Amino acid sequence: MLQTFLNPDIISAAWKIILAGLGNTVLLSVVVVPLGLFGGLVLALLAGVRSPWVRWPLVVWVDFFRAFPPLVLLIFLFAGLPFAGLELGGFACVCIAFFLNTGAYYGEILRAGIESVPSGQIDAARSTGLGRLQTMLYVVLPQAVRNVLPDLLSNTLEVVKLTSLGSVVAMPELLFQARQAQSLTYNPTPIVVAALIYFVMLWPLVRLLSRLENRQLARR
Amino acid sequence: MSNWDRFVETFFNGRMMAKYLPDIAYGTLVTVELAALVIVSGLAAGLALALLRSLGYRPVNLLLIFVVDLFRALPPLVIIVFIYFGLPAIDVSPSGFVSTWLSLAMVLMAFSEEIFWAGITSIPKGQWEAARSTGLSYGQTLISVVLPQAIRLTIPPLTNRTIAITKGTALGTVVAVSEILGMASSAVSNSYNPSPLTLGAAAYLILFFPMVVFGRWLETKMRWKR
Repeated sequence: MLQTFLNPDIISAAWKIILAGLGNTVLLSVVVVPLGLFGGLVLALLAGVRSPWVRWPLVVWVDFFRAFPPLVLLIFLFAGLPFAGLELGGFACVCIAFFLNTGAYYGEILRAGIESVPSGQIDAARSTGLGRLQTMLYVVLPQAVRNVLPDLLSNTLEVVKLTSLGSVVAMPELLFQARQAQSLTYNPTPIVVAALIYFVMLWPLVRLLSRLENRQLARR
Repeated sequence: MSNWDRFVETFFNGRMMAKYLPDIAYGTLVTVELAALVIVSGLAAGLALALLRSLGYRPVNLLLIFVVDLFRALPPLVIIVFIYFGLPAIDVSPSGFVSTWLSLAMVLMAFSEEIFWAGITSIPKGQWEAARSTGLSYGQTLISVVLPQAIRLTIPPLTNRTIAITKGTALGTVVAVSEILGMASSAVSNSYNPSPLTLGAAAYLILFFPMVVFGRWLETKMRWKR
């Protein structure tokens, strides 16, 4: 069993390939998470606009990208757009797809956070002479983020896990590299190692989240 | 031909769409089948684990928490790839459909167990004690007092999580499941035209957009009543 799934010889032969994949996964996450957060922040701020001409298209936009499986979006960009003469690389496709998909999720979370801050605080802040932007930056957002921190972290966990989709468009991230190593060695060990790496990397976050979530739900 | 016409001809080609409509319809059927299996088995297993956890056997619970954490931390695609490409090494060869189903069901199990468990623990201890002291047994207390309240509390997060995981059925395409994305992709490479992919995207929207709207509605409804 151990010879099959955690073969030391295979590990010593393949660790370099897998490690390169890990580097790319980290790199991808570091690019994609802030990108999604930025998109989400823009959506959440726009949600504060009262006009129905902004509000409804926004709701449709967010629900559209929450309904679309990210892999479908990715394949559409990667395999569909070249027909329109637009050939983006795998990395660009992943970034755009994730920006649209995770931005919608982050946007919903941040919107809920902003709405959770009592409007009296905004009035108070404005009456002390703070401008709209200053009120948002110094009064509303810090509290909003704190109120929805578990959801933000949970979504970030999902985004990091989602980077494994990059393997489908030949991004050499962790899963892709592990699959390469597996087909080179005819042994599933690299996949097991990749799974272990994901687990070790993300377990602390999962533990933290499960504590935060329990506390949050119990408080209701 | 203007640019717009060329765009329509490429992405909304009626002839291509009509030709591959039966394929996409078949794929939709497979996706629905897979999604239904995942939802039913995943939620049932999650609820079962949460109930098991409420019994409070420490060694069992430690193992249970570990399993739940494992499936929350691993990307679903990694689990699918492991089952489909890894298990054959010990002469277990599940089909792509079964691999995808098992993976997503286990992920949903892990997430729903956490949500159910949070719901159960949110019911004050006093209610347990009150119910037990009226003569209800442990099982009766759980079924008639705790679960009705716990499940109500858990419905909005559970709905959203279930939708997010069910969308993962598209991952089946990586292990050759003939669901919507798989059918659409092969149609694109056969016809050298992306219209089938547009059709597939539309099929996903028809399936999931109502679910997302429903989830949003549930969330607002529950928030007002709190």
